[in-house]
Amino acid sequence: MADTRPKSVIGTPTPLIDGVEKVRGSAKYTADLMPREALVGRILRSPYSHAELIAVDIDKALALPGVVAIVTGKDSPIPYGIIPIAQNEHPMAQDRLRYRGEPVAAVAAIDAATAEAALDLIELRVRELPACYDAMHSRAPDAAQLHENKPGNLEREVHNSFGDIDAGFKAADLVAEDVFHCAEVTHAHMEPHAALAEYDPERDTLLFHSVTQVPYYVHLMLAQCLDLDKSRIRVIKPFVGGGFGARTETLNFELICAILARKAGGTVRMVLSREETFLTHRGRPAADIKLKLGLTKAGKITAVKAEMTQIGGAYGGYGIVTILYAGALLNALYDIPAVQYDGYRVYTNTPPCGAMRGHGTVDMRHAFDTMLNRLARQLGLDPIAVRRANLIDAPGETPNGLKITSYGLPQNLDWVEAASNWKTRKGNMPKGHGLGIGCSHFVSGAAKPVQWTGQPDAVVNLKLDFDAGITILTGAADIGQGSSTIVAQVVAEVMGLDFSRLRVISNDSAITPRDMGSYSSRVTYMVGNATLQAAQKLKARLIAAAAKALETTPDNIECLGETYRVADSQDRGLPFEKVVQEALKDHGAITERGTFTVPKAFQGGKHRGGAVGSTMGFSYAAQVVEVSVDLETGGITVEKVWVSHDCGFAINPLAVEGQVQGAIWMGMGQAMMEETRFHEGLPLHANFLDYSFPTTLDSPDIAVHIVNSIDPNGPFGAKEASEGGLAGFLPALAEAVAEATGCAINDMPLSPDRVFAAIEKKRKADKKRAAKKVPV
Amino acid sequence: MTSRLTLTINNRTQQHLVADGTLLVDFLRDQMGLTGTKQGCDGGECGACTVLVDGKPRLSCVTLAHSVAGQSVETIESVAENGRLSRLQAMFHERLGTQCGFCTPGMIMAAEGLLRANPNPDQAQIKTALSGNLCRCTGYVKIIESVEAATNHG
Ligand code: FES
Ligand code: FES
Repeated sequence: MADTRPKSVIGTPTPLIDGVEKVRGSAKYTADLMPREALVGRILRSPYSHAELIAVDIDKALALPGVVAIVTGKDSPIPYGIIPIAQNEHPMAQDRLRYRGEPVAAVAAIDAATAEAALDLIELRVRELPACYDAMHSRAPDAAQLHENKPGNLEREVHNSFGDIDAGFKAADLVAEDVFHCAEVTHAHMEPHAALAEYDPERDTLLFHSVTQVPYYVHLMLAQCLDLDKSRIRVIKPFVGGGFGARTETLNFELICAILARKAGGTVRMVLSREETFLTHRGRPAADIKLKLGLTKAGKITAVKAEMTQIGGAYGGYGIVTILYAGALLNALYDIPAVQYDGYRVYTNTPPCGAMRGHGTVDMRHAFDTMLNRLARQLGLDPIAVRRANLIDAPGETPNGLKITSYGLPQNLDWVEAASNWKTRKGNMPKGHGLGIGCSHFVSGAAKPVQWTGQPDAVVNLKLDFDAGITILTGAADIGQGSSTIVAQVVAEVMGLDFSRLRVISNDSAITPRDMGSYSSRVTYMVGNATLQAAQKLKARLIAAAAKALETTPDNIECLGETYRVADSQDRGLPFEKVVQEALKDHGAITERGTFTVPKAFQGGKHRGGAVGSTMGFSYAAQVVEVSVDLETGGITVEKVWVSHDCGFAINPLAVEGQVQGAIWMGMGQAMMEETRFHEGLPLHANFLDYSFPTTLDSPDIAVHIVNSIDPNGPFGAKEASEGGLAGFLPALAEAVAEATGCAINDMPLSPDRVFAAIEKKRKADKKRAAKKVPV
Repeated sequence: MTSRLTLTINNRTQQHLVADGTLLVDFLRDQMGLTGTKQGCDGGECGACTVLVDGKPRLSCVTLAHSVAGQSVETIESVAENGRLSRLQAMFHERLGTQCGFCTPGMIMAAEGLLRANPNPDQAQIKTALSGNLCRCTGYVKIIESVEAATNHG
């Protein structure tokens, strides 16, 4: 009897299930959908940083032939936002403009030229107000206030303390304190934003396509802002060209596109320019960090005290969560007995920030690991040894109530140490060369979603019908990370089938079960577990049907992929199609569902905001970065990166490698060159020349090692692989540059001018010192 | 003003009425329905719109459609051979040279242009040829590997 089960599906490098469409150019992204009847939608944006909006005069624009509809703040009076308790943003401005680029009005017209001409005819009457662009000015006592209910322009302050801080610092042999600044960065996903709204006035229904990571949130916000019953809305996510967190929240253009379509009584297609995509932003906020760290002579961390101020932009957005994340994930990487955190999220007249890969944790990790590397050097200890002195005894729980179930950091350290030849090379690099290390971690799905409904975190349906094909129905949004491939692998593994009988339909609210979407690296863990359960149920059902047909009991049935037979018999058994026929008898099409819910015990500490940072499984990463620095220009070349990532179990090692490489590289962009820049609120960076990130020529080889720590609760032991490695790049680079140049630089990015300035400063100081030593 | 444009698109010579200022990318996507070619930026910065004009890579977002009159334009849709993936496409698929896939058509066309001019490029030559094509997902590592695997010695 032929055993047709694929040798192994999980744990085997597997090309993306939707990869063929991508390489063939047939994958349809939102902007590729061009219904003939679609009107062109364009947005008028605020040219003011801060102003009272007195009137929006649209009469002249409306009179322009070819203009079908114009909407303004009057058409969007209902606020929206990702966090139910902090919604203070409107699709289009109401009576106040708070940043340059904020949507004020929108036009639907028969073509782009007409829509753009109409924008020019809209007149704004405003009274300009003083604006704030940085934390210092925003928090000054006489600063103009952005939101009436937010005195001091403070969105949220956080004060948490766990363990005995004073005793911790007293027990330290070396205590240091320093300040760090990290520039604001943004996602710059390659696909510009786009949406397609098809409104049917007869039925009062809306069909909506968008570039979102979380179609469910878009669905909720469309219903809220259009005051339209959820059942009248259908949201579909086509192929999406990356997200990195930008598209977790519902974005203003999505709501505007739908509002405009309803007003126009038809279909509106809205494709944003790259400049507008930059302005839509929701990136990682600029951060000022004050950090105090204590170590014993042996390198044991005794206490940390951290303060972070995030410059959040004009609206709340994800702010509360971002500022909480920065403090919460000071924990759970190393064993730290005492942690104090003070966080301030500040409003400024700039585009709103949001979630970006490594949400909230990256800049704090830079400060922490950079300081750890420095203190290690001062104590004459090896930075890797110092990390080994602070490993967590897993499984365990952190002082702030985070559970650690699997912990591959020790194995990560071993691998990067050996692979980079650290022991013999670190400290012995030639002038201008350096090695550095950084570690980082991240959640495998936020344990408690911001929208609490009491529903499972993930639901997956498997449909099996007369064709003997299995359709996997999931709301998990594949945005390029390969989540559809993961769910297919899980089903294939359980069923003993290859991909030829499987198809994945993800993200059509009319067909697929609600899912929380792609954020906080939740999909493999949560949706993977739900898929696993559904597949096991489906298989049990087929085994029962086969048992009945073969007149035996289910535990006697052996499943050889395409054949079900009585175990150990010479019987020819039943081919898969026949088993399916048997299972469908008297019943018809089968749908099996699997669900997954994170148990309460994993939802973090009891303190206010304690759920942020909580997860069922943390991923862990360590990396060594090798650089050479041109001491005459300050230019850094990253020669090589070795990274080891504990993802629990790599269901798809090919995708894990790709995700880890992408994350490390994105950390490299932030660490070396990325930075949004404004002149009095006017963006100076809204294109790929001014906001530059590494090209092929700047990008090193990134050697990836996977540690399979087998998480007790992940599907087949799996945890996240897409975010955890990013943060560690920043401190690893800073340490490598410190070795290469002898300069300790605290601020990010390490652009050539910043590095050059540090080298110059050191040269002058060295000269002075030398001059003092040799009196003339 | 609209005028007649004669050109070859994906090996088929054809004539169309095209507004004079139309960019090649818009002509291909909006008028011809060849949406495999992507637009990632506001002009000349990202390479997503790369097509081949007479066999050489060209940014279609900064090329006027009428400027390629009489020439041969090839887009990602023409790369597959009898509906089967070309070797280059297969390598991008098998080695994860594509994640979200948005940069992929431009990336493959740039690599295709390189391999036609030089079937055996070394890594430095590959990196140089693709340096105008931005990708935000992969860190380029697997893109380079995919192209290397598609070379004669790969
Ligand atoms: S779209 Fe042509 S270079 Fe970006
Ligand atoms: S694969 Fe997403 S931009 Fe390259």
